[in-house]
Amino acid sequence: MTSVQDAIHIHVNGQVRTWRSGATVADLLQDLDIQTERVAVELNLEILDRAAFGQRQLKEGDRVEILGFIGGGAFGAL
Amino acid sequence: MTDDRLMIAGREFKSRLWVGTGKYKDFVETKKAIEASGADVVTVAVRRVNITDRSQDNLLDYIDPKKYTILPNTAGCYTVEDAVRYSRLARAAGVSDLVKLEVIGDERTLFPDTAGLIEAAKILIKEGFIVLPYTNDDPIVAKKLVDIGCPAVMPLAAPIGSGLGIRNPYNLKIIMETVKVPIIVDAGVGTASDAALAMEYGADAVLMNTAIAGAQDPIAMAEAMKFAVHAGRLAYKAGRIPKKLYATASSPIEGML
Repeated sequence: MTSVQDAIHIHVNGQVRTWRSGATVADLLQDLDIQTERVAVELNLEILDRAAFGQRQLKEGDRVEILGFIGGGAFGAL
Repeated sequence: MTDDRLMIAGREFKSRLWVGTGKYKDFVETKKAIEASGADVVTVAVRRVNITDRSQDNLLDYIDPKKYTILPNTAGCYTVEDAVRYSRLARAAGVSDLVKLEVIGDERTLFPDTAGLIEAAKILIKEGFIVLPYTNDDPIVAKKLVDIGCPAVMPLAAPIGSGLGIRNPYNLKIIMETVKVPIIVDAGVGTASDAALAMEYGADAVLMNTAIAGAQDPIAMAEAMKFAVHAGRLAYKAGRIPKKLYATASSPIEGML
């Protein structure tokens, strides 16, 4: 059933990662152990609806940003 | 003061003290301080998730979004584009249209870029955001922000994290008199009396982070701030006596020997 798939290189939060071709944004989040309901995902500068996570397939060179809430007041915890 | 609720854009808030969640030692301390403050609105920042170390705790494991209004900010944004982008990301990551909009103008003072702030607010309001703008203590800018549709304004007391207290009480008073939306004094508070003063002047709420998180005992300071905001609000509503140069006797003269 499983065929050998091409690996793709994507940028996730600024880091280059090798991922399997055909993976969706939802797959990526699951593999990274990130709860979807707590994050926003930007794919090549486009903010995705949560409902689209399962449909959007990643391709070579994609830039994915995964953001969530951290402690912050007026200037954050930076 | 159950009959004295703060209303902003149709939302009701129980607490007039709002707190930030940055700069604490750990999430346990954050949680305890927020509980001690009695705040029901907490600000958070939007940042990249750590994808290499997933063992780290998440802030929202400690601050239940069902119990608190989570108010994302655009802290660290120096351009209109960044502030708009982070606001959109905050909405995508969260559950509401609320955003505490910051467009920072300068690294050293962290004063707001008010021209950029108005521009970003216009864009976001058009997209349905409820924009709570962090602004300078400038009555004209405050009025412009209200005119374009901000349901509250958040003028600073002093530079962020400075602890200097209210540096321009007269401007704040003018804002409170001329702007007919809730005023939340944001940033620069150092200790309890600063918060009480802001409320006595007529602020509708006070937002702070460093004054609590940076105190030697953050949890005790959080409680002090709760009482200060409450006391200041009561005093404002009670109506203070006018200041006079000379004495007025409290005891009657009648009946004296």
